[in-house]
Amino acid sequence: MMFNFAPVLPLLIGAFFAALTRGRVRALLMLATPVVGAVLLYTFTPGTTVPVEWMGLELTPVRVDRLSLLFGYLFHLAAFLGVIYSLHLKDTLQLVASLAYAACAVGAVFAGDLLTLFLYWEALAVTSAALVFARRSERAFAAGLRYLLIQVLSGVLLLAGAIAWAKGGHGLEFGHIGTGSIAGKLIFVAFGIKAGFPLLHNWLTDAYPEATPSGTVFLSAFTTKVAIYSLARGFGGTEMLVYIGAAMACFPIFYAVIANDLRRVLAYSLINQLGFMVVGIGIGTELAINGAVAHAFNDVLFKGLLMMSMGAVLHVTGEMRGSELGGLYKRMPKTAILCMVGAASISAFPLFNGFVSKSMIVTAVLEEGYEWVWLALLFAAAGVFHHAGIKIPFFAFFSHDSKHVKQAHEPPTNMLVAMTIAAALCIGIGCFPGTLYRLLPYPTGYSPYDSSHVLAQMQLLAFSALAFLSLKIYKIYPPELRSVNLDAEWIYRRLVPNAFRHALAAVGRVGNQVRSHSFRLVSSSILALARHHRSEGVLARSWPTGSMVLWVAVLLGTTLLLYYL
Amino acid sequence: MSDKDLKRPKSHLFDNPKNVTRVIRGLLLLCLVLVVLDAVIHRHTAHPWEKVFAFYPMYGFVACVTLVLLAKGLRKLVMRSDDYYGRFEEPPEDGPASRSDDV
Repeated sequence: MMFNFAPVLPLLIGAFFAALTRGRVRALLMLATPVVGAVLLYTFTPGTTVPVEWMGLELTPVRVDRLSLLFGYLFHLAAFLGVIYSLHLKDTLQLVASLAYAACAVGAVFAGDLLTLFLYWEALAVTSAALVFARRSERAFAAGLRYLLIQVLSGVLLLAGAIAWAKGGHGLEFGHIGTGSIAGKLIFVAFGIKAGFPLLHNWLTDAYPEATPSGTVFLSAFTTKVAIYSLARGFGGTEMLVYIGAAMACFPIFYAVIANDLRRVLAYSLINQLGFMVVGIGIGTELAINGAVAHAFNDVLFKGLLMMSMGAVLHVTGEMRGSELGGLYKRMPKTAILCMVGAASISAFPLFNGFVSKSMIVTAVLEEGYEWVWLALLFAAAGVFHHAGIKIPFFAFFSHDSKHVKQAHEPPTNMLVAMTIAAALCIGIGCFPGTLYRLLPYPTGYSPYDSSHVLAQMQLLAFSALAFLSLKIYKIYPPELRSVNLDAEWIYRRLVPNAFRHALAAVGRVGNQVRSHSFRLVSSSILALARHHRSEGVLARSWPTGSMVLWVAVLLGTTLLLYYL
Repeated sequence: MSDKDLKRPKSHLFDNPKNVTRVIRGLLLLCLVLVVLDAVIHRHTAHPWEKVFAFYPMYGFVACVTLVLLAKGLRKLVMRSDDYYGRFEEPPEDGPASRSDDV
């Protein structure tokens, strides 16, 4: 059956028919698509590859192993939740783009060669940008363009790296790459852009808060997780990743504390969670890779849940700035409770899914003796509770009563259902981690629930909460303010455009001077010419006919004289 | 009757300051219990620092206070006005304006 060769097909066909159908038919179709896709994945056997020869290149469009299968299931699950969440929509652009986007993510994780990966990589960029554009505001359009440019740049780097890699005699197969060669470095940066490496991360915090409510739910699930998958496959055990990951886990939480747009807070917190995964990949032991992959799986669920709850608030109130929200638990109690489940999960409370994967990474870090990185991750773990676990629910649903409390109400049922399923999965995996552990790339006997781990985590979290409480009571906690916080994006949103403008102005000034000098030169040459050629000029003077006759006579006389001689 | 109706919206969980106090006391009690457990439960440790009494509670508290104070400092450095990168259409002020979702 052809589906065996193309795990992307169900989602892709679903996207195609979502463009043609409307109403209930489309809703049913879109719900069925991820289910059919997931069932088909179940028939795949790890170790299968589908080689294809195309224009003299040996490609592997589909390669199935435990790592790609896990991500395959994850993406189908995410697509299913996202589809339920967006069932109330009538916007064909969004619906088609979201299924196509999910299809590309599935294609990318099953790609067995770098060229196929590149194709899906760029398709991910285009389909996901559509979810930003679908907000249909001027602001979203600008953010979407910036997003698309950076994503395409990542693809171009990947292609350049892939070509250099193949030229180096490695072929196009996508296996372990490493940063030893120029090709490896190019591919590393390409993956790094999508994974949100420090200084390359701003596309995420720029575009995600500008997308539509359901668009952001899809966005938070796929692009970055494809990058994590790719890093795990190509750069597992690259020590540099340990430090890059630690930086990613720590620096965004400062921004998350002061950011006003709550979906931007979540975007920063997404980078923070990616940091944990990147550290795990960098360590590269079986436990660490398992932890990274499991955390990616859990992150899709709890970050999806948080994004869904904020999307619900945005959908109902039209507002996402923390400074303008508050008190919504009175009108949206279900959403508030579901949001808090997501908050507890991302904060890695025991019995919630964040705990069972984050503790794997932290244990692996300690086992390998990276004690400073361990301290950084502990700091990040306390910080994530602070900004995502407390700040998000507190400023949206509690804090002071905002003007939106009067009109707010629970979101449409489909949104609540999607959130409830995600919340149930967060708690389910948290309580029965074995279900997730069985899917991991390496067999594991790891058990997160021993008294030391649980106590340590509870202490860390309870005292983080105490810190928040004390700072709030003593009014030290920074209030939510309408503002923009400068980040690395300032370089390409301000510095470079301004430098370009100044450079243009400078070139203009030089151009003006050159032009005025040239004008002066031309007019002085005209004057000089005129001096000799104008009517009274020496060269333009008219000569009397008499003198002509005289000179002819002289000439003839001279000729005569010479003749006689 | 109409008076009661007006008051009804105010009868939510945290409108009663007693409930806020209860939450705060609950948290304090939890913290206390967790520190006591630190002395009671024998924890197996992988790092010498973990052996320090109440290492995790202290680290959690200090980390968060440091985080917030540094973030406040960061605000002085990086905070700019809402329209720093240019002004777009007015942000939604009254009720649900960004309903592109329903298109």
